[in-house]
Amino acid sequence: MLFRVFEKSELPALFGLLAEKNTILGPVRKGLDAHGKTLYAYNRVAQFSDLALDYTTTKISGKRFFLPYHEDLATYRLNDRDWTRAVDYHMDRPAVFFGLHACDINALNRLDKVLLLSDYPVPYYAAKRRNIFIIGVNCLPQPSCFCRSMGTDTAMHGFDLFLTDIGGKYFAEILSSEAYHLMKDIRTAEPAEADHELFVRAAAEKNRKFTARVDVTDLCKILDMEFQSPVWDQWGDKCLGCGSCASVCPTCYCYGVEETVDPGLRLARKTRTLYSCTVVDFAEVAGGHNFRPERGTRLKYRYYHKHRGFVEAYEESLCVGCGRCSEACLAGITVPEVIASVRGEEQ
Amino acid sequence: MDHRLAFHDVIPHHHRYLRKTDLESFEHTYKAEITSVYKLTEHENLYRVRIMDSEDRRHFSFQPGQFIMLELPGIGEGPFGISSSPSNHEDIELCIRTVGNLTGVLARAGRGTRVGLRGPFGTSFPMARMHGGNVLLIAGGLGLAPLRSPIAYVQEHRSQFDQVDIIYGTKEPSQLLFTYQYAMWKKDDLGLHVIVEKPDPSWTGAVGLITKVVEDVVAGHDALFIEKTHAIVCGPPIMFKFVCDLLSKKGLPMHKMFVSLERRMHCGMGKCCRCNVGSTYTCLKGPVFDFWTVMNLKEAI
Repeated sequence: MLFRVFEKSELPALFGLLAEKNTILGPVRKGLDAHGKTLYAYNRVAQFSDLALDYTTTKISGKRFFLPYHEDLATYRLNDRDWTRAVDYHMDRPAVFFGLHACDINALNRLDKVLLLSDYPVPYYAAKRRNIFIIGVNCLPQPSCFCRSMGTDTAMHGFDLFLTDIGGKYFAEILSSEAYHLMKDIRTAEPAEADHELFVRAAAEKNRKFTARVDVTDLCKILDMEFQSPVWDQWGDKCLGCGSCASVCPTCYCYGVEETVDPGLRLARKTRTLYSCTVVDFAEVAGGHNFRPERGTRLKYRYYHKHRGFVEAYEESLCVGCGRCSEACLAGITVPEVIASVRGEEQ
Repeated sequence: MDHRLAFHDVIPHHHRYLRKTDLESFEHTYKAEITSVYKLTEHENLYRVRIMDSEDRRHFSFQPGQFIMLELPGIGEGPFGISSSPSNHEDIELCIRTVGNLTGVLARAGRGTRVGLRGPFGTSFPMARMHGGNVLLIAGGLGLAPLRSPIAYVQEHRSQFDQVDIIYGTKEPSQLLFTYQYAMWKKDDLGLHVIVEKPDPSWTGAVGLITKVVEDVVAGHDALFIEKTHAIVCGPPIMFKFVCDLLSKKGLPMHKMFVSLERRMHCGMGKCCRCNVGSTYTCLKGPVFDFWTVMNLKEAI
């Protein structure tokens, strides 16, 4: 990793260099919520002034640019009893994700483990992941953020360039050759000892601001021990089984496959749609048997997958502590509260 | 009982394919043709499908217990256990109950229909590990469908096994599958024990639950027999739980019993999570598990 620093006034030039030939994705303002707080979303960014790099957390993660909610895995031309099939990975040009927080970069790294680095890598995801240039930006914790507890408050890899605001300047971590090549075209400097100090101070300030936390000590074992715990039924009573948590989650990748025929009976498609394990028919099999008919069982399964199964398989949790599910939950269920209750801690 | 631990070969003869690392193969589908549809019972058909490309057909191989994803474009795709012999490289046989949307259309599609085939996926029954010993092949209901592949394996490698017993139970006699093969199984020196819960007037065989026959078969043997025995148990969770618990009580260690779990896979490749039991992918770590593993899977039974 290489480090450079540059004046904030250079940032529009950096944006311009990329925007000239590429699609830019990034955080933008999307109006106000009921409490007058600004809402942010990841979207296409046409000009630098639209980019809201000081954003808090987007309501919905950036997952959809890598793992669309709906995607055709194959399309068919039907011809009596025969058919021909075409496969498209739906990524025809590179893009730049300008301004992703550390938690969301870590979320992509977790998705990589399942979708790229394990058996049967997914080309639809690979095509997007490999063609999206990522610029990370540092952030300040929001009340629902608990990334520090999950070890995802900093990103070690999975991006091209990471910018940390150290006052009047950005401290840049350069990870890829493409990013290095790009940085040569704006005015940058070798970081001085004083810049290192500012960087460390920015990190320390961020750490002081966390209010939410999750104790993950021995969590795998505790989840196993508490498999029959009544707290799951209590949370199940609150849960609406709507799947909002999964739709805003940056790491939920579960899906269903459906096939549809066009009304003319000449074309058909096989579509992957992201799904949620808290929705009632997630574990239903043909004939109608449902392996998880109760909301409590499904909620429990969600926590088991995130905090136990994934840890068992990949040595780290599938939850990056972004807090989006807590914010989105219509029943007000939050991860820190659920885990604390499973651990038997006082609320 | 002898507690000398079993030796594990670290390079087992497992079936591995390059397909597991190749990006292009994720959505690779063999085009296959339904070559025959044989009505087994009121609700189950035996479909023979044949991969159309001769080169692909020659390369396609599977192990008893594995499953494939069968697709009818525009209708759907679903996981089905393979019911035929792994040595048959021409037609793949699938015993399918007509129960939902896809299988409903499949039942009407008939011979000549072109289907998509992906796979094979998942783990298999470790037949080679059972060589030299006795095998109990136990099926409840539709569980005979995945069991027919190891049965075929045993028939073709009969000299590799000592005593082999097929124990099969259904609710009613009309639900018995593959009745036309029973005589052949017996001729191949496989003990066949069939039991039904609700007999009809023409039924002359045993009546009761499958555990009754298992108990009878095991009772006829001594401890030495059990020591040299493996069991494959296929059926509804409640059935294999009772059968495996019974075998366990008779002294058969849990790692020598194999069961096959049924879940609704949407991908077969460890991505969609629809088949997860606890946090284990049935499509990757299963569908064949040893009973010890199943007992340690949360929410499996």
